Amino acid sequence: MSSPPPTLTYAGCLHGARLMLPVLPGLVVYATAFGAAAAGRGLSFGEGVAMSGIVYAGASQMVSLELWRGGWTPLAVLTVALVTATVNARLVLMGAAIQPWLRGAPRLSLVFGLFFMVDAAWLIASRYRDDGGRDIGVLFGAGMVSWIVWVAATIPGLLAGSLVVEPARFGLDLVMPVFFAAMAVPLWRGARVSGLPWATAGIVAALFAALVPGYVFIVAGAVAGAVVAGLSGGEPSRG
Amino acid sequence: MGEAGSLGVGGPAIAIGAMALATYLCRVSGVLLMSRFRITPRLERALAALPGSIIAATVLPIALRSGADAFAGIAAGLVVMRLTRSEVAALLCGLAVVAAVRFLHAPA
Repeated sequence: MSSPPPTLTYAGCLHGARLMLPVLPGLVVYATAFGAAAAGRGLSFGEGVAMSGIVYAGASQMVSLELWRGGWTPLAVLTVALVTATVNARLVLMGAAIQPWLRGAPRLSLVFGLFFMVDAAWLIASRYRDDGGRDIGVLFGAGMVSWIVWVAATIPGLLAGSLVVEPARFGLDLVMPVFFAAMAVPLWRGARVSGLPWATAGIVAALFAALVPGYVFIVAGAVAGAVVAGLSGGEPSRG
Repeated sequence: MGEAGSLGVGGPAIAIGAMALATYLCRVSGVLLMSRFRITPRLERALAALPGSIIAATVLPIALRSGADAFAGIAAGLVVMRLTRSEVAALLCGLAVVAAVRFLHAPA
């Protein structure tokens, strides 16, 4: 691959931030719900804000609350770190998928910028890349605006504790799957290219979800879909 | 605090730090790993299929776990996205359908 190195501009970051706007209301609710749950599990204000600020991965933060305890031993710390890694293992795949696009970017910008890579930002950047976009600021800008909102919206949850209205009533617990599914529409490359990998991914993930506890199903299904696509013939075609 | 090997008052901070480290390593390791490989056409096909595969692998099990409300909401989102190409419209319609299905099925 001898594609030119990507660009990284302030305008690109702003563009990414704008593309993130539709997801922000859902993110506010999710972060507030996390803050409330964290307060309910006995995390202090500082601990809750710090977790949103430096972990910055909603599903794993929620799951860690299940493991939260009064007294921490090294083993308990190791356990929560491993559970966090398995919940977030999909980020490894996202990084792998987007890496060819990042080739040639300044190393320091990656070390800093990748901290902000979350599902929605990655998806937005993947779609932008699909349309021929070269500015990796789109990935970082989308991630940064979502970080600001995520941390800020954790605070009212922490303060209000259990006062937050049940988000499930408004369907807000399904923000991510509905958004994900909608974002799949422009990624679809027709049944011949996308059909088999996507179906494989969905079926393998559903089987894993039914048989194996935890969050391995995402990685298992996604890897299965990618392997099937790699093994099948034809021109490489994104999607 | 009496627990053997307890980390004391620093425990929560250490746990949060460990979670942050684990997550950051997830974020950079895929990129680091792939920078060591030459991208063959086969590998490129596999990587190109990852975004859609991750979506399918995330959405289908969640929908199966959640039930008819999730399927209805996702279907509505797909249709609206197809027609309007607007994520906002798709998300709002999808969530509205989820809320409506739940409202109709809610115990009195």
